[in-house]
Amino acid sequence: MFSYCTEPDTLATLWWMSCYLTTGVHFSFYYSFLKVLGILAVTAPVALAFGFGGAMAARSSVLPLSWLGKGYIAVVRGVPDIAFFLFFVIALDQGFEWLRHQALCPDWTDAIRQGNDFLVCPQAKLPLGTAPQVVHQTYAFGLAVITFALVFGAFAANVIFGAMRAVPKAQLETAEAYGMSPRQTFWRVLVPQMWVFALPGLSNLWQVLIKATPLLFLLGIEDVVYWARELGGTKTARFTDYPHGDWRMWYFLALLVFYLFMTWGSEKILARIMAHLTHGQATSGGEAQRKGAAV
Amino acid sequence: MSCLQTIWDYGLRAVGIGERLLPRSDFTLCEQFTLIGSGMIWNVYFGFMALCTGFFLATAIAVAKGLPNPWLRKPAEWFIFLFRGSPLFIQFFFAYFLFLSLKGVHPVFDPFTAAWLGALIVLFLNTAAYSAQIFHGALQSIPKGEVEAADAYGLSGWSRFRRVVFPTMLRLAWPAYTNEAIFLFHATTLVYFSGFPAWQQRGDALYYASYFADKTFNPFIPYPILAMYFILLTLVVIGVFGLVNARLNRHLPANTRQKLRVRPNLIR
Repeated sequence: MFSYCTEPDTLATLWWMSCYLTTGVHFSFYYSFLKVLGILAVTAPVALAFGFGGAMAARSSVLPLSWLGKGYIAVVRGVPDIAFFLFFVIALDQGFEWLRHQALCPDWTDAIRQGNDFLVCPQAKLPLGTAPQVVHQTYAFGLAVITFALVFGAFAANVIFGAMRAVPKAQLETAEAYGMSPRQTFWRVLVPQMWVFALPGLSNLWQVLIKATPLLFLLGIEDVVYWARELGGTKTARFTDYPHGDWRMWYFLALLVFYLFMTWGSEKILARIMAHLTHGQATSGGEAQRKGAAV
Repeated sequence: MSCLQTIWDYGLRAVGIGERLLPRSDFTLCEQFTLIGSGMIWNVYFGFMALCTGFFLATAIAVAKGLPNPWLRKPAEWFIFLFRGSPLFIQFFFAYFLFLSLKGVHPVFDPFTAAWLGALIVLFLNTAAYSAQIFHGALQSIPKGEVEAADAYGLSGWSRFRRVVFPTMLRLAWPAYTNEAIFLFHATTLVYFSGFPAWQQRGDALYYASYFADKTFNPFIPYPILAMYFILLTLVVIGVFGLVNARLNRHLPANTRQKLRVRPNLIR
């Protein structure tokens, strides 16, 4: 990147490092950090929406809908999460292809599962075999996002469902006594008060979500783990201008530090949000704030 | 080939006893059940050993975190932050490559690059950090009166800790500790996906499940089998921890006893 980088093996250590860390592949590595942040930014709201939907369904008075919500919450518990990740990525992919197959090739007669193969007609392949590499990568990333959102949506549904039940009954009864309809009670009284009960669980979930992002590697995304393994491995002088030994340990140390900063930072921010939400609530936290302000 | 024969061949495949070659085509249900079940040996081994050893370190660190002396408190806080603040997956990778580098320095470190020891050490430290945080919370919420009563009886130091503080801490922490144990068993599935090689294809349950899913392109059979095994394992853990919970709470009247509220499954 810099002008003095043309002859790397003649440089002193510090200059050599500055050249080494700004090679093209290293920018791919830095770019993969953005991918981690990107998946966090996309997954968190989607999972929250899934969770809200799941909790609303579980509370519903329509029995099948309530079963659906409770089933969604229950099904993701009790099983290791990475099993879910590995499962959903293949299952979703095959599900989409199957749906397209049904729609696009109605006169296809061969069985889709032939022995060990899953065969759909060429038009139904996702992405199409002729599509450029970018589309393939975007599709894989999209699948990963949906998988994350599904799994974390179930966790979030569980937290939100609990929080909705934690809102004092008297509040809801008061709302009814004022003549609010169930819908108004839900949106105007229950939902605003629920967040303070949901936040400890949700912030825990957020930390867990941050720590789950390296699992993207298992879903075939070129993420930070992928690049750390690629770049850290032993490089000989024949293939690169920057030969070095096995540095994977240091690359993973850098990842470790990155994640420590992420969790540390979000802990600070979430503590602030909690303080904001606690303000004026009829909880022991709110009471402590009130007394603190009075002194 | 009958199913009994399959169990005989592959039942202990995960520890290297029995048939050497994994099935390559025409996978039967029985083969999938047997091999994935055989992989569970490793999950149970990792989880059980890490829990047993981690418990003691966790207690020590929880006590250290509550001490006024900063020379003991700060390292304990840092240890907990380090292992709770970073993904277990990255810890596995880092530890594996660390051991790999150390191996070049001295052959003593040879066994550390194998999963049975290297991954176990990571899991041990990891569960120690998570449990220490739980135990620390429990130590903070021990009723003041119990400690004062212990003082009044002339108990101090080690005997006060052993007879009053420790049992109450365990009793208060036990429901959360049960969750931690369940998490830990689930976390053991990460081992063979994080650098540690499955030598001669001796892997854990998820290793075999993904082997079948890769070979058959059909995730709908091996993963539900894996799920079934893990739900069984979770139920066993809940059962065993429930017995301990009943014993820890045996002095309390029945209606004030703490129930085990299990909220399993969050990734670490």
